[in-house]
Amino acid sequence: MSYIKKPVARHPSLEPNALGLTVRDYEGSMSTLCAGCGHDSITAAIVRAFHELDTPPHMIAKLSGIGCSSKTPTYFVSGAHGFNSAHGRMPPIATGAAAANKDLTYIGVSGDGDSLSIGLGHMCHVIRRNVNMLYLIENNGCYGLTKGQFSASSDIGSKSKRGEPNTQPPIDPVMLALSIGATFVARSFSGDKAQLVPILKAGIRHKGFALIDIISPCVTFNDHEGSTKSYLHTRKHQLPLIATDFVPHAKEITASYPDGTATSVTMHDGSVVTLRKVAPDYDPTDRRAVQSFLHERQSSGEIPVGLLYIDQDGVEMHEGAKTVDRPLAHVPYEDLCPGSAVLAKLQDAYR
Amino acid sequence: MLEIPRINDFAFKLANVNGTGSASANGLLMQAIFRMGIPVSGKNLFPSNIQGLPTWYEIRVNHEGHTARTSDYDLMVAMNAETYAADVREVRSGGWLVYDSSWPLNPALARTDITFIGVPYAALCNETFGESRERTLMKNIAYAGTLAALLDIDMDVVGQMLKEKFSKKPALMESNKKAIRLGYDYAKEHFSCPLPIRLQKMDANAGSILMDGNTATALGALYAGATVAAWYPITPSTSVLDAFKGLCEAHRTDKATGKRNYCILQAEDELAAVGMVIGAAWNGARAFTSTSGPGISLMNELVGLAYYAEIPVVIIDVQRVGPATGMPTRTQQGDILLTAYASHGDTKHICLYPANPAECFHFAVKAFDLAERFQTPVFMLTDLDIGMNDWVVPRLEWDDAYRPDRGHVLSRGDLEAMPKFYRYSPEDELGVAARTLPGVHEKGAFFTRGSGHNKLGGYTEVPDEYQEVMDRLARKHRAARNLVPPATIERRKGATFGVITIGGCDLAVREALGALEKRGVFADYLRVRGFPFGDEVEAFLREHDPVFVIEQNRDAQLKSLLVLETTVPKEKLRSIRAYGGFPLQAAQVIEGIESQLLRQQDAHVEERL
Repeated sequence: MSYIKKPVARHPSLEPNALGLTVRDYEGSMSTLCAGCGHDSITAAIVRAFHELDTPPHMIAKLSGIGCSSKTPTYFVSGAHGFNSAHGRMPPIATGAAAANKDLTYIGVSGDGDSLSIGLGHMCHVIRRNVNMLYLIENNGCYGLTKGQFSASSDIGSKSKRGEPNTQPPIDPVMLALSIGATFVARSFSGDKAQLVPILKAGIRHKGFALIDIISPCVTFNDHEGSTKSYLHTRKHQLPLIATDFVPHAKEITASYPDGTATSVTMHDGSVVTLRKVAPDYDPTDRRAVQSFLHERQSSGEIPVGLLYIDQDGVEMHEGAKTVDRPLAHVPYEDLCPGSAVLAKLQDAYR
Repeated sequence: MLEIPRINDFAFKLANVNGTGSASANGLLMQAIFRMGIPVSGKNLFPSNIQGLPTWYEIRVNHEGHTARTSDYDLMVAMNAETYAADVREVRSGGWLVYDSSWPLNPALARTDITFIGVPYAALCNETFGESRERTLMKNIAYAGTLAALLDIDMDVVGQMLKEKFSKKPALMESNKKAIRLGYDYAKEHFSCPLPIRLQKMDANAGSILMDGNTATALGALYAGATVAAWYPITPSTSVLDAFKGLCEAHRTDKATGKRNYCILQAEDELAAVGMVIGAAWNGARAFTSTSGPGISLMNELVGLAYYAEIPVVIIDVQRVGPATGMPTRTQQGDILLTAYASHGDTKHICLYPANPAECFHFAVKAFDLAERFQTPVFMLTDLDIGMNDWVVPRLEWDDAYRPDRGHVLSRGDLEAMPKFYRYSPEDELGVAARTLPGVHEKGAFFTRGSGHNKLGGYTEVPDEYQEVMDRLARKHRAARNLVPPATIERRKGATFGVITIGGCDLAVREALGALEKRGVFADYLRVRGFPFGDEVEAFLREHDPVFVIEQNRDAQLKSLLVLETTVPKEKLRSIRAYGGFPLQAAQVIEGIESQLLRQQDAHVEERL
């Protein structure tokens, strides 16, 4: 129902960004999701992140698969190029798009059904390829559009709306991503915009693949007592490990942190992401330590959140493929065709 | 046995064990005959295996240019003990059999109607070469030497080829030369050379090359300006991407910086491969994938997305034997219906059907132009025989004035001048609307979706709005009928019926029609080269009765497609099919036509009685 027109109401206090665009210019059409859906909060955070990063809307490519989460690209940045593809297939489509044009900013929105079941293989491989994109899993532990079946991220013992407990172990996208070499792994909560916006911004600026698993409760099918993906459960069990501050390249860093409480990572475009550690001995740049720490805390029922792991030295897809600097889609034909003389000569080897 | 010499008109078969290096000996023979200027074909009949199973190579020479497969073998080189019994049986009466006489011949397998030519290859090679792998490899090169003596292959040509092949590996050159000599000298000394079947230099190949279809397809993609290729390894299409990679390394890489004007993505499966091509094409790159039947099955889902969202993708299908895993190393034309209507819902695609490597090159370029002109998936269907065997084809020519037809793509300037852009309207005379490339202009942004949409690109569940778009897609497909490569038509005076075929059947069908003509049976001949069928196909069907449809699949898929997509009454169509996995032979076509014509005559006689 994305054809419903959103009322245009410009609040005079809306600050324009460096491009002269206000937050409103980064919005999309009216959401058709259920009132209170966690996904809508994520959409609002995405709008804010792109606005604050001064990204030209038409330089954004927003892609998705199928599902409630995959509907959301219509609800943000209407001036961006959108591609609502097929169930689970967004990663390869984003990979091809990124291969053709390295100059755009790619955001892929997916869900736990889309990414952890039908598209699990694709997600693993887009991580392995280190495609330069932000990849969101709006994770609600159930299939919303088909009315509440368990998904592959449902925890053992988590109860469906009808009280039936899930018996199969969950696939944890964070642990999975860490095990196959992801270079930016975060977990967040749709109910905590203050935490989410800077992680989104850091993920957008990260050179390579950035995964954010966002617990995003389904108010209609999975927000009851006994569910481990409800607002209440997530609020009660989330363990903020890292608080993220993102300072874009052009801005001066003003905040200072007491020694040993923060790790600053300078990103490829010169932006700085500062990770304020809530747990004192947590090192977000040590993959093995992060894996064992998360393993331990998650076994005790906690949900560690924050930008959990970051590595700025990964080889991004285009680096590995050694492509030219300009987008392949815009290389003039004259530079691509070797011409008749070469064709004539190379055929001498076929005599 | 005295026999009148048969010059440049015979077939021989080489029976080997795969993984023993026989391919290089067989390739050498084929290439030497090609360089002697004689029309020749080589067919590799190989197992789905890396080492140890039986493999055969067939070579046919024919001065008239009939080089379709034939199983009428004049000579057999039997180097595989395991298949020896069957191989002996296959030689025509009066033919020759070359075998390794290091061991005694099994008397039970002796035939009195063929000549046995024993050469002790193993013994000779064991005496000459020290290392065991070399002994195995050189046995094959040695039989090539024997054949050079028996068939009168020009040794200067062979010498020159070895020089070119091993110019950087002098040690290998020496071994090869020695091995050739072993086989050659032994034959000269012990047998009367050459045999009545023999070669004589001609000048039929001056303007020709020896190339496989997969290499030619890759060349087409290179020249069309494809920059993104995504694929998943599968026999028999893998060498398309292998060749494309090699060509791009040579011709698309900046010598100074090492930077590449291309990106090749080896996907996790064929679903992903076509998904990547869709993403790249959506974003403005010329992109393609190459696969075979099982890959097409997997791609069905996203092919429908590309069709409905109108994204120009090129899919090369090097067909193999299905269903299921089928016979991966054998040839068939079993994907005709699958590709024409790939995906769920109402979908119809543009398909191109090259008959040989030269057409693979030109049609590959055409596939990109059509995909972008019509903003839709385009399939190019070859098969294992065309794709993996070397064919003698005219040298490929390139027109430097060629520029890609990118179809309706709005530039920054176009968009600047427009009040507002809608993705699916207005449409042009072909039923195609203009598209934009992401990132070019603020006004060009739109939302691509596989869900129901109206002519403005907006989401819809309204019946009329949905149908309006679907009807335009049907018009668009129909409009392509006269822009795909037109059917080739050969008419004969006094023709009493028509013959239609597709792809690699061409040579066998033409040979068969030539033979029938000599027997006073005349037919007009049409080869379809594209789908949707052009008006000329409709006219040919109207003008002929009966029409034989010849193809390589069980279910007469081309015939079905003709019935579905033209106005021909299906009673007019007769089917001739060969689908065992080996390339079509003229004999099968002749038998099929003659037996059915005979049945028809009998039926007429009965009617009159």
